Amino acid sequence: MSAVTVGSTSWVDRVKGYSPPQRFVPVIATFVLFVSMFGVGSIRYEGFASPQVLVNLLVDNAFLIVLAVGMTFVILTGGIDLSVGSVVALSTMIAAATLRAGWPPVLSMVTVLAVGTLLGLLMGLVIHYFQIQPFIATLAGMFLARGLCYLISVESIPIRDDLFGSLSSATITLPGDVYLTYTAVIALVVVGVAAWVLHMTRFGRTVYAVGGSEASALLMGLRVARVKVGVYAISGFCSALAGLLFSLYMLSGYSLHAVGMELDAIAAVVIGGTLLTGGRGLVVGSLLGVLVLGAIQTFISFDGTLSSWWTKISIGVLLLVFVVMQRFFSRRQS
Amino acid sequence: MPDLRPLVRHQLMWPVLALVVLLVVNVVATPSFFSIRMQDGHLYGSLVDILRNGAPVLLVALGMTLVIATRGIDLSVGAIAAIAGAVACTSIAGSSQESATGTAIVAMSTALAVCVLLGLWNGFLVSVLGIQPIIATLVLMTAGRGLAMLVTDGQITTVNNPAFRRLGAGFVATLPVAIIVALVVLGITAVLTRRTALGMLIEAVGINPEAARLAGVRSRTIIWTVYVFAAFCAGIAGLMIASNTSAADANNAGLFIELDAILAVVIGGTSLAGGRFSLTGTLVGALFIQTLATTIPTIGIPAETNYLFKAVAVIVVCLLQSPQARAALAVNRRPAAAPVKAGVA
Repeated sequence: MSAVTVGSTSWVDRVKGYSPPQRFVPVIATFVLFVSMFGVGSIRYEGFASPQVLVNLLVDNAFLIVLAVGMTFVILTGGIDLSVGSVVALSTMIAAATLRAGWPPVLSMVTVLAVGTLLGLLMGLVIHYFQIQPFIATLAGMFLARGLCYLISVESIPIRDDLFGSLSSATITLPGDVYLTYTAVIALVVVGVAAWVLHMTRFGRTVYAVGGSEASALLMGLRVARVKVGVYAISGFCSALAGLLFSLYMLSGYSLHAVGMELDAIAAVVIGGTLLTGGRGLVVGSLLGVLVLGAIQTFISFDGTLSSWWTKISIGVLLLVFVVMQRFFSRRQS
Repeated sequence: MPDLRPLVRHQLMWPVLALVVLLVVNVVATPSFFSIRMQDGHLYGSLVDILRNGAPVLLVALGMTLVIATRGIDLSVGAIAAIAGAVACTSIAGSSQESATGTAIVAMSTALAVCVLLGLWNGFLVSVLGIQPIIATLVLMTAGRGLAMLVTDGQITTVNNPAFRRLGAGFVATLPVAIIVALVVLGITAVLTRRTALGMLIEAVGINPEAARLAGVRSRTIIWTVYVFAAFCAGIAGLMIASNTSAADANNAGLFIELDAILAVVIGGTSLAGGRFSLTGTLVGALFIQTLATTIPTIGIPAETNYLFKAVAVIVVCLLQSPQARAALAVNRRPAAAPVKAGVA
């Protein structure tokens, strides 16, 4: 170490002297992880390094990106939303059932988004005004949404609507013969809007303030109630939107869609560097977190000899590494 | 001591009432609901079924009760149950004497030992590294099913071992073994926590770990112990589930059992904020959930909608427990409520 320092003082000093702003450190760590995973993948497997593989990460995980964005809002306030997977399933069910009943597709989409937002809003109200732990309130929401799915239909319902069909197959050709679907574009737009809301609006700043310390935020006269209820409504909206994207991806509505997807969303947010105690984290991190999860899956499918369950194990290990890192990070600060 | 009686009554009144209502609904729907018949020296009947099918949830909920009493939560129990079944079945299937009793004993001991290790792991993350319980156990919840599939190689491993099968489907002295095992574990837990200081220490840690530590309670050891206990209980439950079908299904064994267990604990009146617990309440809660699962198809509603009813149950129970709702409801009973609070503290 010291020999290197002597050898090239100015360069090393400049690198050592530069430290990125604290709040970017976890996101940079995730980014480095993502890039190195891709690097290793492209060395090991032929065809891994193509731009289409990269874009497919967005295409195949569009719904998860939207979910993770909603989850980021909730976790930033120090809460958690376990209902998202079930709301995705409920959204696919509502979309499929209303389309089968002959509703115009736009009306059906609006209904889905309204129901998701309403569910989120209700959970937020219960959490804030009855001071029920987010964990248990959203657990109830999770059961409720799954139950409603089964109430609509126990069987899987196919979606045969023209608009849905064309939306799901339509692609945009980027330079270099890379295909991007509209679902991926929507996901990126959601990330952009969420970043704007979190950093440029009063609501967004209050989200960080509530996550930092709810009592302080209250004493500062910030609208804590509105934000605490609002983040769950946002998460509900995002889940419903993710459900629409998912129904475009699967072209069916089914009660058993998206079982356990809330775990993926939480894992993505944590891997993206958002502190689970709230108050610190970036939406871009969650996007990177989803991409890391997607990269693991791509890795495993490219390898061919690894079985699918390694996905779960490696997500668990990554989650562990990031949580332990967070822990030491925050302990050092305090 | 007489002060405690209204407390117990107050805590368990609602869950017991709910259970009674469910039972009444069942009796109205099927008048023969309470009848228990003797056949080949075994007891059969709806009530016995409820007890037997509810045994895994009860076991998991017992462990969960103690974890929640320390202000924690264990999400990994379902995955641990799957791992227990996977380890036991793989061990039996790989043995040279597949149907020997010794094989079953070795397999079950191995599985429970693995579960204890997993519990040690959870406890390490929570008590030593200080990670929030939800997240610490989320790690194993995510990775656990992958591990179980790794053990079974992604197959549903079926075994043929009479001794192993007895745990989930056998009878001893007219009663199903599963019921007896669950009740024995309940009894041991009750004696250990309520006839020794352990229960009080657990509650002390749940109320304020730091204060408990300063008062000379080994908070870290206690927190560690409850996670090991929860994993152990989950392991027994997993063995029961695997034994009942004589197969280990890494994907579906114990799926959602952690949620059912949490639900049972919450319905039983144990506060999620930690600091007090009721094993009797958990028993009532577990019975309630299982009875609910039996009731729904009986009264002609699709069995899958039981999620909906569980959701309603959680919401109602939580609202009843919340300080705001209590304050609104108990305006007239405030003088009566004061000694209850003193008793809790």
